[in-house]
Amino acid sequence: MIKQIDARGKACPLPVIEAKRALEASPEGAKVEVLVDNEIAVQNLCKMAAQKQYQADSEKVQDGCYLVEIWKNGNNSEETVENGSGKDKETEDQEPMPEQAAAPSTGHGLVVVLSSDEMGQKDPVLGKLLMKSFVYALTEQRQLPETILLYNGGALLSCEGSDCLEDLRRLEEQGVKILTCGTCLNHYGKSEQLAVGSVTNMYEIVEVLTEAGRVVRP
Amino acid sequence: MAEEIVFCTGGGCTAKLGPAALARMLEKLEKPKVRDENLIIGYDSSDDAAVYRISDDTAIVQTLDFFPPMVEDPYLFGQIAAANALSDVYAMGGDVKTALNIVCFPEQMDLNILGKILQGGNEKVQEAGGTLAGGHSIQDTGVKYGLSVMGTVHPDRIFANNGCQEGDVLLLTKPLGVGIICTAGRIGEASDEAMEGAVQSMIRLNRRASEIVREYRVHGCTDVTGFGFLGHLKEMLGDSFSAVIDSEKIPRLPMSLEYAGEFYLTAAAQRNRNHLGDFVEFQGVSFEMEELLFDPQTSGGLLISLPEEDAKAAAAKMEAEGICCGIVGRITREETQKILVKA
Repeated sequence: MIKQIDARGKACPLPVIEAKRALEASPEGAKVEVLVDNEIAVQNLCKMAAQKQYQADSEKVQDGCYLVEIWKNGNNSEETVENGSGKDKETEDQEPMPEQAAAPSTGHGLVVVLSSDEMGQKDPVLGKLLMKSFVYALTEQRQLPETILLYNGGALLSCEGSDCLEDLRRLEEQGVKILTCGTCLNHYGKSEQLAVGSVTNMYEIVEVLTEAGRVVRP
Repeated sequence: MAEEIVFCTGGGCTAKLGPAALARMLEKLEKPKVRDENLIIGYDSSDDAAVYRISDDTAIVQTLDFFPPMVEDPYLFGQIAAANALSDVYAMGGDVKTALNIVCFPEQMDLNILGKILQGGNEKVQEAGGTLAGGHSIQDTGVKYGLSVMGTVHPDRIFANNGCQEGDVLLLTKPLGVGIICTAGRIGEASDEAMEGAVQSMIRLNRRASEIVREYRVHGCTDVTGFGFLGHLKEMLGDSFSAVIDSEKIPRLPMSLEYAGEFYLTAAAQRNRNHLGDFVEFQGVSFEMEELLFDPQTSGGLLISLPEEDAKAAAAKMEAEGICCGIVGRITREETQKILVKA
């Protein structure tokens, strides 16, 4: 018997309290799977499991999404690790959590910069069409970028009404960070229309670009 | 899956900076060419207060603090936010003189709520012996309130926050546990008695505790707030001292250990735990007590390092005035710096 709790977007202590209640209501041997959006919540869940002497395992599914599995007793056949042997220690063992081996992978420092809503110059209609296909084609790559930066005209691509929205959302779901320049949104009067990803500022843009492995600009 | 994620569209998110980013930016600020010798505290520390000497026998303490509500009642929130902001002056050993309101309030919200907040704040400033002299309010999406406070202190009698000496004992002047109890309260699991205990502790000024210990040889003093008891103790120990804590002696709010056992835990407490890491060694201490010692406090008590006989006399005076305090540990020197917490 497996219970699933999606506690993403919920602040501590709610993920822990919901997991604890589900475990208490479950028969021996039951498993509760909890999705949370930050590492501190993972640590608080593991702390609770250790106290209750439940076995627990956690993994990072993607940025902003962690899966914590808790078994109500210790006698399950599945291989489990990190069963909270030391409530003090586990918080220090901050080994990076293993990435799930999903088909397309993000990473390797690839950053894509979209600084215009058109690809190339001369015909704006063609330019917009090309940009739309570029973002679509990105979603089809085996290796996805780590981050997509959108600024100046590019900021319009992540706003409501953009042709690229669906594709950008798909990329975000697969763990690509979508960052749009806040100053640019303000400039175009689009601050309220951002529809995917989050707002960024020049410090973060500079940091992402200077630390990038490769930068691609269509 | 995207619907769970709240898209940030306003200034709040763009303005938000992590501590590391903040530190990088603060480092880049140009230091004044000529050091002002009268600025006693403020150059080198990331303190949230500055102390400036204006004559041989007077220095002014300048501080500010504000935050969003942690209780439902606006009047109590005003009192708590004010007591918390005023505490910085008391932690320096100063007397409160004037205060200015800092207000963020949504345009469409009932102004009577703001009235209650300001009333609570004003009462605390008056109780502190100061005058509320003005303030500044802006429209914002959420409520935030606090004070900018000015106080005075004799330049030779400022409480250092890391001046502790080997052999000193540690006196804590409020019970721990307000973070845990407010967390339980937020999800409707705190009893009325437990909430009342936490609120009474948060609205209590550190004024008398500060005034009483001024009669003794205070070597170090700080107020216990967001980093929790252990976090603020670590700051107090500086680069050279260690401490042994007797967890039995820690004053605590009714139900705080019980609620910790129910896992009404905050993210901030876990961050405090991660931040302290190996620096703290627990010897046979219960999980609940560990959580209490990491619990972030709003308007917490003073933590004072002073000789044992002085601490005993000061604690007796405080108890006579109804202040819940305790001598909770001792300053030591170890080869490897640490905080040892005993059961």
